[in-house]
Amino acid sequence: MANLRIEHLNKRYGATTVLNDVNLDIEDGEFVVLVGPSGCGKSTLLRMIAGLDGASGGDIQIAGKLVNTLAPAERGIAMVFQSYALYPHMNVRKNMTFGLKFTGVPPAERDRRVAEAARMLRLDELLERYPRDLSGGQRQRVAIGRAIVREPAVFLFDEPLSNLDAALRVSTRVEIANLHRMLKSTIVYVTHDQVEAMTLADRIVVMNKGCIEQVGRPLDLYYAPANLFVAGFIGSPAMNFFEAKVGSVEGGCARISGPGFRSFDLPATSLKVGDSLTVGVRPEHLGRGEDGPFAVEGVVELVERLGEASFAYVRRADDRLFVAEVRGRQTPTPGERATLIAAARDVHVFDAAGLRVTTQNDA
Amino acid sequence: MTAEQRAKSLSVHLVLIAYSVLAVGPILLVVMNSFKVRSAIFGSPLALPDATTFSLVGYEKVFRSSHILTYYSNSLIVTLVSMALVLLFGAMAAWALTEYRFRGSTALALFLSIGIMVPIRLGSVAILNMMRSAGLNDTLTALVLVYVAQGLPMSIFILSEFIQQIPKDLRDAARCDGVPETRIFFEVVAPLLRPAIATVAVFTIVPIWNDLWFPLILTSSDSTHTVTLGVQQFLGQYITDWNSVLAALSMAILPVVLIYVILSRQLIAGLTSGAVK
Ligand SMILES: Nc1ncnc2c1ncn2[C@@H]1O[C@H](COP(=O)(O)OP(=O)(O)OP(=O)(O)O)[C@@H](O)[C@H]1O
Ligand SMILES: [Mg+2]
Repeated sequence: MANLRIEHLNKRYGATTVLNDVNLDIEDGEFVVLVGPSGCGKSTLLRMIAGLDGASGGDIQIAGKLVNTLAPAERGIAMVFQSYALYPHMNVRKNMTFGLKFTGVPPAERDRRVAEAARMLRLDELLERYPRDLSGGQRQRVAIGRAIVREPAVFLFDEPLSNLDAALRVSTRVEIANLHRMLKSTIVYVTHDQVEAMTLADRIVVMNKGCIEQVGRPLDLYYAPANLFVAGFIGSPAMNFFEAKVGSVEGGCARISGPGFRSFDLPATSLKVGDSLTVGVRPEHLGRGEDGPFAVEGVVELVERLGEASFAYVRRADDRLFVAEVRGRQTPTPGERATLIAAARDVHVFDAAGLRVTTQNDA
Repeated sequence: MTAEQRAKSLSVHLVLIAYSVLAVGPILLVVMNSFKVRSAIFGSPLALPDATTFSLVGYEKVFRSSHILTYYSNSLIVTLVSMALVLLFGAMAAWALTEYRFRGSTALALFLSIGIMVPIRLGSVAILNMMRSAGLNDTLTALVLVYVAQGLPMSIFILSEFIQQIPKDLRDAARCDGVPETRIFFEVVAPLLRPAIATVAVFTIVPIWNDLWFPLILTSSDSTHTVTLGVQQFLGQYITDWNSVLAALSMAILPVVLIYVILSRQLIAGLTSGAVK
């Protein structure tokens, strides 16, 4: 049980900067998920917390203690790897107890911990088997068990589910959520999968090119992305973006207009005439029956039917495509002209620097 | 299989069979003739021993008139100790050179790879002088030292290749588990190197066991001779005792064949791993 504090953390390999001034405060017992595009430095950050890679600058504190110079085992962490990294020549029991020998855990205590972890992860039957005789899901549970028996203050997961098939991923995800509820330990979890991030996280950290773009609760990121990157990254299919300009400002309202959509009034005080903006609307918030200020028109080009919803790819007058998610049995047909409308609270506006423009709608 | 494929596989097999006969033939000839009387060795060298020509006279003479058992145990001691040291130091050096970046590590790797290219016999005179001034002349220790130096570069080279194939996550997991670095090497890495170690073991043992040169220049008494050197005493300038020579040679072949058979399964795994993913 411990909090984790990262201050001004930097990592450079020669001339390339992999992490750039990362600051993060993680509460005791919190489940934090790191997401971001491939190569943005998620694994690097996790490995630096673990102590497997050294920092080029900055501090890491675990449970209030500066751990910069401590070896991984002295930091009170346990890491679960994407490749499971089970010791191939040791059976499941040995895999779990191997590390405990070196950290001064007496044999009786080792057995108790293994028994408990095996019960929690349903590994009792598998204790004498070797990793090569286990399925992917079982291996992943053993890897998690090996982390649990260390009774770490902080768990670190690096894409633990990405080698599993879809069904197993869902069930293991639920298991990890349960585990967090039972153990109440601090968890830092790296994933590519948005659903994993949204469902598991207390807070999500969105990273891009070695920097943290936004930290927040899953729904906060979804409903109020702080910048264009987060807006485009969270949500699937991705948010539609429309170029726009401020036409006039009158009494705390700015008139927003641009190619392809109908001009509308935005209750924002910070805007000036002539500002360039980007308007963002999520596909699932564009509907045919909605009532709202934002309306965009076009010809349906392609329809993807998923069952519970359909994605309509619509070509605007200015020849750009956007996506709308249409619910219900009445799917649009290609060639059809459609007007799609979004409610005021679902319209996101970003300034020229890509930062969110706060409006009265946010309140 | 089409006719073309069959012809192809047949020709490949013909080449392989011819090669095998070429390689195994002389050895079979030696072993076969070691069980024959002298007249039969010369009379019909290609015939198998039969009731009239069978004789163990060679073996009797070897055991009676020479220190063959001493030679044998000398060979065994030198070969096994050298092998053990080459494997231990080779694996440790390979691990250090692939796993840790330290000042001079690249230069050290380069220096060691030079050892693969330069034959150690070039340094015979210097080695002889060195051993003499170290008081190691005519000892098995001298042989062991030379053979370790001879075997190390290649074993480091081969083992480095294998160590690079071990997933990095494994040692990271062990580090997170709190396993000390030496234990990571001996209990996580070394067990996974088994096929590679078998390969290196065979490549190390065979030239050491068969070596004549260094026993010839570094040992001078019966108590330190090895088998290959011991056999020479039956090869006279005027008369050669072929029964004894062939018997001694047959016995000298035996351990290498045994080791090869024992390690061959691991060896094949070692030679082909990496080739097949
Ligand atoms: N040893 C190294 N030397 C140089 N660059 C490195 C090294 N290790 C990682 N990098 C670089 O650091 C960046 C971040 O890598 P990292 O593995 O943290 O990405 P990631 O966010 O985990 O990506 P993914 O989602 O694909 O796992 C990458 O651009 C990578 O090329
Ligand atoms: Mg990664």
